Amino acid sequence: MRILKLFFRNAFRHKLRTGLTILGITIAILAFGMLRTLVNAWYAGVEASSANRLVIRNAISLVFPLPLAYKDRIRQVEGVTLVSWGNWFGGVYIEEKNFFPNFAVEPRSFLALYPEYLLPDMQRSSFLSDRKGAVAGKKIADRFGWKVGDTVTLKGTIFPGNWEFTIRGIYRGKDRSVDETQFFFHWEYLDETVRKTAPRRAGQVGYYIIGIANPNLAGEVSAAIDAAFKNSLAETLTETEKAFQMSFVSMTEAILIAIQLVSIVIIVIIMAVVANTMAMTARERIGEYAVFKTLGFGGRFIAGLIFGESLFISLLGTAIGIGLTFPVAAAFHDYLGTYFPIFFVEKETVLMGVAAGILVGVVAALFPTWRAVRIRIADGLRRIG
Amino acid sequence: MSDSISPCDEHGPAPVLESRPVIVEVRNVNKSYLRGSHIIPVLRDIRLDIREGEFLALMGPSGSGKSTLLNLIAGIDKVDSGSIVIGGVDITALDETELAHWRATHVGFIFQFYNLIPVLTAFENVELPLQLTGLSRAERREHVETALRVVNLANRMDHYPAQLSGGEQQRVAIARAVVTDPTILVADEPTGDLDRASAREIMSLMCRLNRESGKTIIMVTHDPKAAEAAQVIRHLDKGYLNHAHP
Repeated sequence: MRILKLFFRNAFRHKLRTGLTILGITIAILAFGMLRTLVNAWYAGVEASSANRLVIRNAISLVFPLPLAYKDRIRQVEGVTLVSWGNWFGGVYIEEKNFFPNFAVEPRSFLALYPEYLLPDMQRSSFLSDRKGAVAGKKIADRFGWKVGDTVTLKGTIFPGNWEFTIRGIYRGKDRSVDETQFFFHWEYLDETVRKTAPRRAGQVGYYIIGIANPNLAGEVSAAIDAAFKNSLAETLTETEKAFQMSFVSMTEAILIAIQLVSIVIIVIIMAVVANTMAMTARERIGEYAVFKTLGFGGRFIAGLIFGESLFISLLGTAIGIGLTFPVAAAFHDYLGTYFPIFFVEKETVLMGVAAGILVGVVAALFPTWRAVRIRIADGLRRIG
Repeated sequence: MSDSISPCDEHGPAPVLESRPVIVEVRNVNKSYLRGSHIIPVLRDIRLDIREGEFLALMGPSGSGKSTLLNLIAGIDKVDSGSIVIGGVDITALDETELAHWRATHVGFIFQFYNLIPVLTAFENVELPLQLTGLSRAERREHVETALRVVNLANRMDHYPAQLSGGEQQRVAIARAVVTDPTILVADEPTGDLDRASAREIMSLMCRLNRESGKTIIMVTHDPKAAEAAQVIRHLDKGYLNHAHP
């Protein structure tokens, strides 16, 4: 049957109405996609965390340090394969609006623990051998035009003074879920300088990151580490990297839930709009449906016409909306990449958008179809004229 | 052509019908509608025989039940009681699906407001009933072109209804009604929305279908001029069927 041609032509009988409905769906799907991507960006750190890594911090708060001397005792705990440590540096490049995360790390163990940061061998050895060397992510290097060999000065906020670094490497992420906006340098450089300017703060680390042999034993290893430092001056809190990242996200969980709710509400609203359009359309065509029935076409055909038209409109708007989500997300990332370093449209977001489009199309067609199929032919024909 | 001359005169004398078999048998049909809590009887104990090749006009004032009787014969409404046998099939015993199939095969419909699908061309509108048959695309095309030639619209087959005059639209509707070669043609006020000239043209076409192709036609009309085309006129009044001749 020419049913495809028929619901295609029907869809554009009221060009303005159909156009506005498609525009509404497009905007709704775009908004839905952007909100889902925003939520995903928020959870990007959590998603990128490894099950093989544990984070140890001061049990009171992350702002309190831990002694560097803990590293040997931590290394002795059964199940621990690698120990690294670092500090949040909080340096500012030229001015505060140029924010990016920067850390002092123990470079050898750090690079061993984070194989997802891809660094050419030459740059790796160059970085390891230069105490004032630093490694920057590709995105941050591109943003400021840094090249290997450039000197970069950061103004310390937690550790006062102007800190000079030589860019020895520019890392790339092994996939796009890896943050390429970070900056790492030698913890020893920090410690040596602090030892001279503020000796009481020397020999302190902000956190430890450890590698474990078996992720299934993360609980036992964590408990063993925390037990080892029980009743010490700086008790530890050990948790998986995921739980550690999650503790930051959970601070804003209410906002995330609100964003997720809004994304669902948008779909419900557009569902009502499309349902209204389809109800108006079906009401106007009830006489035509009666003619089809008179000619011998069954309820399935009528349902096919209404569902087809509804799905066509809905999926056209969805396709345009999804198509627009990519450039809009890219533009958003360019503009706010500092705050959302991992901001890309995930496959799941696209699939959820398509599912929402299908749901809208199907739900919007249900009532008009029920009405059109049920109406008596004689009553339907009476509506003409 | 003068208004006083029947549109069928040009097609020769009406054939003798008595020898033809009865194709439509309406027996003791009653039909009523529910308006709020009131039951309104529309048809009362209707008995009617229509012979093969007969052109019957149903007349009567508004609300007399003529369109309801037409709908019952055409299988688009259900009787409360009684039976309607068409071509040996008791259509009152058929379920909705069987009835839809029966309508597609045995009934051609002509409506007052043409009821063409506005997004389909004349060709596609005429082709619609054939979509339910097992005909190939080439066979469908042949049938449609023949039907449109019969109504003199072969040159307008690619036009949409909005591009055609009222008379032309009704001719397309007639082509759609006859394209499946149905057992009966039912027409509900086929000239009701047309000017006098177009109405004559349509009645002339229906006469031709009746006289030359032997189509059985049941037509509801208010228009005595249109009714002149029929061989038999039956009057309905307050749900009762009376008998009259042209």
